[in-house]
Amino acid sequence: MKPRQQRMLAVGLAVAGVAIAAALTLRAFQDNMMFYVEISEVSKGNAPDDRNFRVGGLVLEDSVKRKRGELELEFTLTDLKSELVVAYSGVLPDLFREGQGVIAHGRLGDDGRFMADTILAKHDENYMPPEVAETLAKHAAAKAAEAAKNGGTSP
Amino acid sequence: MWTFFHKLASPPHFYRIAPAFIRIFAVAGLLLFAYGSWNGLFEAPMDYQQKDAFRIIYVHVPTAYLSMMAYSIMAISAAIGLIWRIKLAHAVAAAAAPLGAWFTFLALATGSIWGRPMWGTWWEWGDPRLTSQLLMLFLYFGYIALRSAIDDLAKADKASAVLALVGAVNIPIIHYSVYWWTSLHQGQTVMAGKMPPEMLNPLLINILGFTLIFGALLLHRVRSEVLYRERRARWVLELVAGAKALP
Repeated sequence: MKPRQQRMLAVGLAVAGVAIAAALTLRAFQDNMMFYVEISEVSKGNAPDDRNFRVGGLVLEDSVKRKRGELELEFTLTDLKSELVVAYSGVLPDLFREGQGVIAHGRLGDDGRFMADTILAKHDENYMPPEVAETLAKHAAAKAAEAAKNGGTSP
Repeated sequence: MWTFFHKLASPPHFYRIAPAFIRIFAVAGLLLFAYGSWNGLFEAPMDYQQKDAFRIIYVHVPTAYLSMMAYSIMAISAAIGLIWRIKLAHAVAAAAAPLGAWFTFLALATGSIWGRPMWGTWWEWGDPRLTSQLLMLFLYFGYIALRSAIDDLAKADKASAVLALVGAVNIPIIHYSVYWWTSLHQGQTVMAGKMPPEMLNPLLINILGFTLIFGALLLHRVRSEVLYRERRARWVLELVAGAKALP
């Protein structure tokens, strides 16, 4: 083997070795690398009950309950399979709204509610102009109305 | 084909032909950057949720992309330098590092400024995309520090090349972090086609513009690096003597 090929092999093996080591390390820490726990994991009991963690999901439509004149609020997080009630008191980020993805940091209370001390809004990868969003919402509403009508007439 | 590359790897030849490319890249890059930024900031419609705040994407995405591009160039040049013992390759790696560090910093800063109003936080420890990007900034710092800590240029080239190659593992981790783990940072927009053309086109123009500007800056830095490294070579001495002889 020529010296140049030897060096090529050495560089290749070194990079491959580091890559394998990194992959194994990341696999070992898989659970800790997750920024948040999904709601279905919480309802399965796969969430820590003795320390703080983050939970992520969508804010269920019509679930935000506020007391007048207070910062306290309660809403339901869903991943469309399971649900979790979150209690929070504080200022919400701009993007917080019903149907929006959010991440809550806190711990599970004894009553099964999630006591959040921080709420972060998660932005998704979709961008569109307001007019397009309006049209989409209109179409979706029309479709829902159509489905409701059909559902009402059929046995 | 091969003679072109062999000639290109020769420092004096590179030094002579680089200015033409620098000029073209800089002019085209600045024009595209101006056009793309104007369109992105004033012509593109605002986002239905983020309103005008989304427009930081026209700086954030190009800088984030170039921070990884610069690292890839640095790591590949380091490998070429180690394997083929091409002096110019080490000069390219050395020249790319500070540029990459700056782009990494800009990507982190613009992301943080956007994150405060949108996410509700400047920075979140534990987010895989944010953490791996910050790790890359430290890898750049380590590379630059290691290089300047060793006086012998050949040894500095070799040691820093190994560090660059080890750190290259981080590049796919940054890219796929939003898919491998749950994260606060959103997934791909540009490649996944999650943006309408009137918002996307200025972004693509800015990505190309930033890349050309980066190319011009890189070539300029490599040229200075070559001049320093070859300061005892005959062609540089002749160059200097020729410049001095001019009235």
